[in-house]
Amino acid sequence: MRKRTVEMNQGCCLGIESTADDFSIGISTFQGAILANIRDTYVPLEGGIHPREAARHHADVAAKVLEESFAKSNVKPHDLTTIAFSQGPGLGPCLRTGATVARAMASYLNVPLVGVNHCIAHIEIGKLKTGVEDPITLYVSGGNTIVTAFDAGRYRVFGETLDIALGNCLDVFAREAGLHQKPDLPFGAVIEKLAAKGHQFISLPYSVKGMDLSLSGLLTATVNLLKQEKYALEDLCFSLQETAFSMVTEVTERALAHTGKKEVLLTGGVAANRRLQSMIKSIAEEHGARFCAVPSEFAVDNGAMIAWTGVLAYKSNLTTPIKKSFVKLRWRLEKVEVPWVR
Amino acid sequence: MFLTQWEDRRVIIKKRLPKKYRPPTLDKQIRTYRTIHEPQLMHAAKQAGVPTPLIYQVNVKEGTIIMQFVEGKQVKELLNIQSEKERKRTCLRIGKSIGRLHKSGIIHGDLTTSNMIVDPEKRIVFVDFGLGEKTNELEAKAVDLHLMKRALQSTHYRVAQECFNTVIEGYSSALGTETAKEVLGKIEEIEKRGRYVTERRT
Repeated sequence: MRKRTVEMNQGCCLGIESTADDFSIGISTFQGAILANIRDTYVPLEGGIHPREAARHHADVAAKVLEESFAKSNVKPHDLTTIAFSQGPGLGPCLRTGATVARAMASYLNVPLVGVNHCIAHIEIGKLKTGVEDPITLYVSGGNTIVTAFDAGRYRVFGETLDIALGNCLDVFAREAGLHQKPDLPFGAVIEKLAAKGHQFISLPYSVKGMDLSLSGLLTATVNLLKQEKYALEDLCFSLQETAFSMVTEVTERALAHTGKKEVLLTGGVAANRRLQSMIKSIAEEHGARFCAVPSEFAVDNGAMIAWTGVLAYKSNLTTPIKKSFVKLRWRLEKVEVPWVR
Repeated sequence: MFLTQWEDRRVIIKKRLPKKYRPPTLDKQIRTYRTIHEPQLMHAAKQAGVPTPLIYQVNVKEGTIIMQFVEGKQVKELLNIQSEKERKRTCLRIGKSIGRLHKSGIIHGDLTTSNMIVDPEKRIVFVDFGLGEKTNELEAKAVDLHLMKRALQSTHYRVAQECFNTVIEGYSSALGTETAKEVLGKIEEIEKRGRYVTERRT
């Protein structure tokens, strides 16, 4: 019992993130100090993320990333209290690679394993890093477009995409336009740069359905216009961004009005976009709410968020026996109990 | 949107203010479209037998609609405090109304329990057709009903399944079992399209 109390204050959690194209390991103390957050991204030569190829990349870099995270944090493997991993949602082969590393470490070190929901981890690290307490969260990335807030024991989904994610929409358009990305300059940033040079607004399908939205029609229409070669690429990027961002901003504003929350948190890979930040900031101000964009390092997929959420879960006695540590490809965030949130 | 007195009547003035965050062209487009379509859809809903507020005045240029203020309580407030029997009655009538709308090709576009008001005569009045459209497409009907389901799940999680089943019951009775079945099949398809939906594979 005494040992446990000491652990509660001095423990350390290593978190493994591998839901999609990033393999990342983070180390967090039980107080929430992030001691390491190392990431290695799989960049396909062409096309989108091939799940098997991404998983192969993760397996290749796992040892290197692990070593780096120990070196950076000065933490020894035997100092770890618990191992957390992204249990879902995400791409099967990628998730399984991270889970395998996590299981191996937990059983070797004989410490408990904690399966973490990837979406919840994004919210929790955002709260830790920005100091918001009870926000409406807009989580926009390559795989997710979700407006969520805490209510009655769970994070509830107020609005979401009915088809593709916002980041996916931008990525596919960029590829169709023959653009190229680099590890430090993802498609979203390439589009943002081009959009900043556009000024002619081209009318595109705007599809808000209640609190939900649909982006696939917008993508198809924009790609069709691109193929007609009638418009400048800059103007298409500008119009695509303006239309898609206006849609997510409208649903976020409606959720804000509906719940009356006083904070808005913007996270996920697309949160790095300045134009989107300014739109969300504008509605937050209109509703007298505080706006916070999660710093880029912690807004993209990262191991630190898994480590920190692992800490929260561990402190609430929510550990995952290895037998039950199978990955959950479609694990919705409202299915997860979050006893650590009041 | 605000409540005021207009020629001896208590009215709601719904003004679509320009949104600073979006480009002016898009903003104008959205506000004009919604200001024109909302009253048209409300009128069509009445013809279909679904109570909606009376429209007194529309000003497209300013983006304003003056309409009747409906006294009463939102279904949102009622659903969580009603007895199981009352709740069943409410949901059955909501389902019937949605069925009537869809039968006439009216898509509400934002079916949440805060957009339904029980008036003093115990009628369920549907408000806020701003995101609606007129279409007979199966897809649109299914998305509309899917939104109702999602609204129940996020605001009335404890009774969501029970409520939605009853809504479907009412919906089927107004629209016919055949068509209702088609819509339900389409809802399943739409849900599978979404991200991270457990029902995707069986």
